[in-house]
Amino acid sequence: MAQQQGVYFVPSKSQWPIVAAVVMFVTVLGAAHWLNAPPGEASFGKTMLTIGFVGILLMFFGWFRSVIRESLAGNYNSQVDRSFRMGMMWFIFSEVMFFGAFFGALFYARMFAVPWLGGEGHGVLTHQFLWDDYAASWGASGGGGPGRVGGSFQTVAPWGLPLLNTLILLSSSVTVTIAHHALKAGHRGKILLFLGLTVLLGATFLWFQAHEYIEAYKELNLTLQSGVYGSTFFMLTGFHGMHVTLGTIMLAIIWLRVAKGHFTKEHHFAFEAVAWYWHFVDVVWLGLFMFVYIL
Amino acid sequence: MAHAATHDHHDDHHGAPKNFFVRWCMSTNHKDIGTLYLVFSLLMFFIGGSFAMVIRAELFKPGLQLVQPYFFNEMTTMHALVMIFGAVMPAFVGLGNWMIPMMIGAPDMALPRMNNLSFWILPFAFTLLLSTLFLPGGGPAGGWTMYPPLSLQGDSVAYLVFAVHLMGISSIMGAINIIATILNMRAPGMDLLKMPVFVWSWLITAFLLIAVMPVLAGAVTMLLTDKYFGTSFFNAAGGGDPILFQHIFWFFGHPEVYIMILPAFGLVSEIIPTFARKPIFGYKAMVFAIASIAFLSFIVWAHHMFAVGLPLGGEIFFMYATMLIAVPTGVKVFNWVSTMWGGSMTFETPMLFAVAFVILFTIGGFSGLMLALAPADFQYHDSYFVVAHFHYVLVTGAIFAIIASTYYWLPKWTGHMYSETWGKIHFWNSVIWVNVLFFPQHFLGLAGMPRRIPDYNVAFANFNMISSIGGFLFGASQLIFVGVIVHAVWFSKKKAPDRVWEGARGLEWTLPSPAPYHTFEVPPVIHDDELAHGHTDD
Repeated sequence: MAQQQGVYFVPSKSQWPIVAAVVMFVTVLGAAHWLNAPPGEASFGKTMLTIGFVGILLMFFGWFRSVIRESLAGNYNSQVDRSFRMGMMWFIFSEVMFFGAFFGALFYARMFAVPWLGGEGHGVLTHQFLWDDYAASWGASGGGGPGRVGGSFQTVAPWGLPLLNTLILLSSSVTVTIAHHALKAGHRGKILLFLGLTVLLGATFLWFQAHEYIEAYKELNLTLQSGVYGSTFFMLTGFHGMHVTLGTIMLAIIWLRVAKGHFTKEHHFAFEAVAWYWHFVDVVWLGLFMFVYIL
Repeated sequence: MAHAATHDHHDDHHGAPKNFFVRWCMSTNHKDIGTLYLVFSLLMFFIGGSFAMVIRAELFKPGLQLVQPYFFNEMTTMHALVMIFGAVMPAFVGLGNWMIPMMIGAPDMALPRMNNLSFWILPFAFTLLLSTLFLPGGGPAGGWTMYPPLSLQGDSVAYLVFAVHLMGISSIMGAINIIATILNMRAPGMDLLKMPVFVWSWLITAFLLIAVMPVLAGAVTMLLTDKYFGTSFFNAAGGGDPILFQHIFWFFGHPEVYIMILPAFGLVSEIIPTFARKPIFGYKAMVFAIASIAFLSFIVWAHHMFAVGLPLGGEIFFMYATMLIAVPTGVKVFNWVSTMWGGSMTFETPMLFAVAFVILFTIGGFSGLMLALAPADFQYHDSYFVVAHFHYVLVTGAIFAIIASTYYWLPKWTGHMYSETWGKIHFWNSVIWVNVLFFPQHFLGLAGMPRRIPDYNVAFANFNMISSIGGFLFGASQLIFVGVIVHAVWFSKKKAPDRVWEGARGLEWTLPSPAPYHTFEVPPVIHDDELAHGHTDD
């Protein structure tokens, strides 16, 4: 595409931002109502939440459709491209910090909270007067806390499904990179093959993860309520799983766009943004595998 | 290709859209969105201010006078949330939106539609937050810091958490936009080290925002799951720890403090050189000082927690790290004073507010140093001394800087001069009453009055009454501000010249007043002598 040298591109007005604000509001208002509804009673919150969620999907569809059209019309010069890149990089950085909060909670619980409850450091008196029978440890024996909140449970063995999932995600990072190289070389068949493989690997990961959750709940009695171990385990793996879901959907959309011939060798920011996101999700998993499953 | 582009472009080319809804709700124009932010912020300033009036009215005399304790606690909580997330932060984003593109020679923000979204989330977020006051069970009353387990009582937790999520999303998108704008949209020749200090301060603030708003989102998400889904993050029986929340919260909260003051530093660094008719003293030192403060802000969070029982090593580390911040802050104050030294100064309203900022912010900084001493903080913690400290930093700091810049750029925005007489009346009323309001609170705190209580020992009666009188009059003085703005926007006959202030330098003053709907559609040619910091060899 030719560049308009020395002229800035400012996009035209759009209804999508205000639509986005409205549907986000409907979603969270519905969710808040639903959470506060007395148990067992019908709540309009649930309906609102559903409407809001569908609204968000439609909004994304509409907003991205208009952006894709503008991109295909060649409106985006290299400066806009750089703005998009910066936007995506800083967005991923914000995601890193979001996960950082939960990793921080995990480290604090393991390194400080649980040992202190067991009488270490300045926790001597707490231990003596409140829970003198609590032997601090992480995992199945002490991770439920001194109150054994959520009942006794077993932990997920790292060398079964989690190891398999690690291998799956690592391979998917390789396949997406191969697809990227194929894109730069202009081999559409190869892109579709390897990008499709990446989507399949992502879906397989999610399938196994769902399987693991079911097993944790049914067989191991490891639930979200299983003390701070269960809290950190499910919140970290759960948010990661949500990000993998999102990433897989994005990869699938990119696959469709490749099939429709939206990308050129030089001009394929959307592909790269999704690839970056996928690598980010991969790296978070490595942290999870290390600190949640193995150690 | 050129066709489609120019066509898209064209809708907006000739001026603002006629249709009200199209102009304000579907905007991609940084000036319109900046105006929306500023108007929203002013509205929130008065809503949050009305909560403060309730607080001061209740504290006018000892004993329960007007409101119930729970409602009082709702007021302290909401006052803080509304002022921080609704008034101060949106005001800075609004000023950034208006001024950054004009200061660096860009046509607009880098991501204009996302810009519109980041604004429009805010009215909805605050509808959600403020609606809790009208719900059965009432609004959040556990303080804006939301410490569990106290904050987990009541039914408003979900509303509060989701409102904070929305505000966080808005801030993160706003910050990403500002970084992309500054790094990618500068006109050729506008080197990083020629940018106005305000632009620098926003670049660094935006980085802080992206780094810490997600951490706040994580913290409140844990509150939500602890309340509704049975997790044990902050429940000792389940192996968690309520103190964990304080660590995560203040890892956000301390950088947040600087998010609310660094842009103010930048604003004052624009205003003082203009009215001292001298370039800023030590431009690079100013920039590096902002960066150092931003870096240090990540390693001082536990000074908010000296009284919770930290290990001794932690107390000492956080005490010394906190005191280190006085060094770059001292550099800044020194440089503002040195900028004024030997300048041919005039004292128009923006300059008056800026000089008051330097003096009164420094008082707030010094009381901060006192609080940084861990052994002394054991006495001051959660007392009115803390309240006095952070109101000196935020009201006479952040808010005064925002007011100063409103006066400074109002002629550029509207094309009309505001009334200098009424501006000065506003200034003298503000600066006198704000000190009557907050200075006695130092004494109250040192004498032992705790914060966040609706009733107090009769020994504190006199200073509280003085403080309340100051509060009512400071609040009333701000109505003058609204009057001055309304007059300047709609009624003032006095046209503003392009270079509104004699000593003003920078790209924004090369534009007509009022600034046209679209500016710098073609990158401007930069002449270093037009810039505020064109020849910085220091």
